[in-house]
Amino acid sequence: MTDPIGKHVRVKDMMPPGHIRTPAYLRGKSGIVERKLGPFGNPEQQAYGRKGDLRDLYRVRFTMAEVWGAKAERPNDTLEAEIYAHWLEDI
Amino acid sequence: MPHDHEHDHHHEGLSPSGHPYRADNDEPLTYWQTMEIAVRELLVEKGVTTLAEINRQIEEMDARSPANGAQVVARAWREPDFKEQLFADGSQATREMGFDIGAMKLIVVENTPDVHNIIVCTLCSCYPRNLLGLAPDWYKSRAYRSRTVVEPRKVLSEFGVELPDHMEVRVHDSTADMRYIVMPARPAGTDGWSQDQLAALVTRDAMIGTGLVKTP
Repeated sequence: MTDPIGKHVRVKDMMPPGHIRTPAYLRGKSGIVERKLGPFGNPEQQAYGRKGDLRDLYRVRFTMAEVWGAKAERPNDTLEAEIYAHWLEDI
Repeated sequence: MPHDHEHDHHHEGLSPSGHPYRADNDEPLTYWQTMEIAVRELLVEKGVTTLAEINRQIEEMDARSPANGAQVVARAWREPDFKEQLFADGSQATREMGFDIGAMKLIVVENTPDVHNIIVCTLCSCYPRNLLGLAPDWYKSRAYRSRTVVEPRKVLSEFGVELPDHMEVRVHDSTADMRYIVMPARPAGTDGWSQDQLAALVTRDAMIGTGLVKTP
């Protein structure tokens, strides 16, 4: 992703086994890139004693309405989480 | 309850203050406790580390407290240049104050009249230990970790924090390599205060986002 700030992205909706730092409650949810971080070693490899491939990490901002739908406590409140590049897709 | 009533009854098996004595910890070691001891002894035997080094690390960890974070916040309130550095590279700015975050990276998030920030780690218990010391037990509880992302306003109200409707609550889930600390707004009526005076207003919970700073 070039100049990703403000870009709309979706967290990939997949459930692979293993050590994953992408919270399950955010999978399949769309948000906006707040800032780019990293690169960091991929924890999905590092958790098993391997040297992690360097991956960019993005801080993604979601609305509570997007994450929790009609059950959101306050739809316009927001939530931010760090998501690795390989977990994000453009929309 | 204080026990200042007349003692015309017996407090069998209770301490002088009327509380039960804690049972001796005579249970066998758990699997993980045994594992920890075995690994520790092996590391020492193989010369990877020493018991003195382990103790030094424990002492260093115990020496860290929310007073560190309070100094960072108070300094940023007083020094605009430092505040700018803190937002640009929190890890480096706090390292220069002697609070090394190690391999992790620090992000400082600022409370404004429109946004209130609150920190949680839903996956485990990530916490900015270099600035706040060890996390309180509730921070690691399943209740705090699961509820804060679902109903942050309800969680905040249970901490005694009621926010006006026009404010946005922004929850930060520490999911990977970053650690977060909240920079609360400087309270009114503190013009000309020293860094130490200001730091005394900054509570641990104000830097997690579950509390507000004290007011002068």
